[in-house]
Amino acid sequence: MKILVTVKRVVDYNVKVRVKDDNSGVETANVKMSMNPFCEIAVEEAVRLKEKGVATEIVVASIGPAQSQETLRTALALGADRAILVKTEENVEPLGVAKLLKEVIGKESPELVIMGKQSIDGDNNQSGQMLAALLDWPQGTFASEVNIADGKAAVTREVDGGLETVALNLPAVVTTDLRLNEPRFASLPNIMKAKRKPLEETTPADLGVDIAARTTTLKVEAPAQRQAGIKVETVAELVEKLKNEAKVI
Amino acid sequence: MAILVIAEHNNETLGASTLSTLAAAAKIGGDVHVLVAGSNSQAVAEAASACSSVSKVLHAEHADLAHPTAESLAAIVVANAEGYSHILASASTFGKNFTPRVGAKLDVQPISDIVSVESEDTFKRPIYAGNAIATVQSSDSVKVITVRGTAFDAVEASGGSAEIAAIDAAAHIFDKSKFESQELTKSERPELTAAKVIISGGRGMGSGENFQMIEEIADKLGAAVGASRAAVDAGFVPNDYQVGQTGKIVAPELYIAVGISGAIQHLAGMKDSKVIVAINKDEEAPIFQIADYGLVADLFKVLPELKDAL
Repeated sequence: MKILVTVKRVVDYNVKVRVKDDNSGVETANVKMSMNPFCEIAVEEAVRLKEKGVATEIVVASIGPAQSQETLRTALALGADRAILVKTEENVEPLGVAKLLKEVIGKESPELVIMGKQSIDGDNNQSGQMLAALLDWPQGTFASEVNIADGKAAVTREVDGGLETVALNLPAVVTTDLRLNEPRFASLPNIMKAKRKPLEETTPADLGVDIAARTTTLKVEAPAQRQAGIKVETVAELVEKLKNEAKVI
Repeated sequence: MAILVIAEHNNETLGASTLSTLAAAAKIGGDVHVLVAGSNSQAVAEAASACSSVSKVLHAEHADLAHPTAESLAAIVVANAEGYSHILASASTFGKNFTPRVGAKLDVQPISDIVSVESEDTFKRPIYAGNAIATVQSSDSVKVITVRGTAFDAVEASGGSAEIAAIDAAAHIFDKSKFESQELTKSERPELTAAKVIISGGRGMGSGENFQMIEEIADKLGAAVGASRAAVDAGFVPNDYQVGQTGKIVAPELYIAVGISGAIQHLAGMKDSKVIVAINKDEEAPIFQIADYGLVADLFKVLPELKDAL
């Protein structure tokens, strides 16, 4: 079985982002970038499926600027077999992402697509669901367990009240939650090997997809800042303040 | 202009998140219709029809909708989308699962997790784990939106008597995915996202047994119990306790963080709480930078004292 995994290059999750002075967005120049954490989990899951003998080939795809090659090389070092970069300098919305991926999937015909449940920059949590809709495939979102057998995927999903299991006919789209697995680190020999693995480049125009944005970001602001309050010395003082000053208990 | 709100429910009662979503719909303005898709869900349709701001209820009944899959639900919504300028659902795991599917089928770009309505086509939403707020304007003919429940006050659940119209669901049941089972966490305490008071534990709790101390205090306060990702990953509590960017977003009157350092991912889920209390033995912990009341002390000493003081 062939698996397609998608990865996105985002501002590293440890970075405290700064809103630009002109309110046009968030400062990304000279900021540490890395693979979106949910995408790392997606790559890891695909690699584990290959190690179990379920998957035969892992293709990793990314949409973004030339630097996204680094993110793809990271995925190759983790165990993906080859990579596809849809190169664009535009900021592509989830609808555009889903349309581009649909074309890539049309060429590659994977039986399973694994994506992160959301990117930690846009926080949209949409692309996987939208891709599944465009393909008319079933979806298993927020997965914390995936079992593949007999042309079906049993996906345990993290929902608000607990867990839910759905059975999906393959081909299907699965999006990963944090608890699906613990991603491995790439070893130096694997990083060296990854440099020789194939990385193919294409563009939205080559794929014939219009990625014109449907939404306009008018303004990006810093959220209202909370100020540090006071330190109390004892539990009695804390309870007194909560009762009489804040009046919340 | 009419707005369609998709109800979140358990086939018996209308979810609190739906009432917040209805409040966002009221801010946009226009007729508000509610779609209830379920099995044996007449009580939910009636509850929706009783909400004062609702003018019509679309009710889809089908055995396979007892636990509707995103695929079937999205298909029902798309089939009934004609005439609506906005389609709204709560930004819970329920809404996040099917609304993007609706957006893709209608060829529109959805807007996730809005925290304010600026006008009928302009909304604010947090990005980068709540570290920036984006104002976005949609040029799509239909706006497909999920609403952050804690950002809108629930509408009155009484005073209305909207017409309930049955709609057909059978043609839209998607046969390539099937609900198998669920395993819900049972709790006597209030639901995390709706609780007035929340007490959360982090890695500092040390073990699952020690959460007992937090639970006893929660019982005294009528509070819900939450947790940081570290506490969930360490297996102290189930994952639906998790507060943060990847867990639940809460905004209670009082949030008590015990043994939680305050990583950005956690703060994204709770920094809109009215009053924040931090109990941590590390006085450099980032949580103190946003806490209204901080107590630098060993939680194992403080929690029993706090329980006795309440």
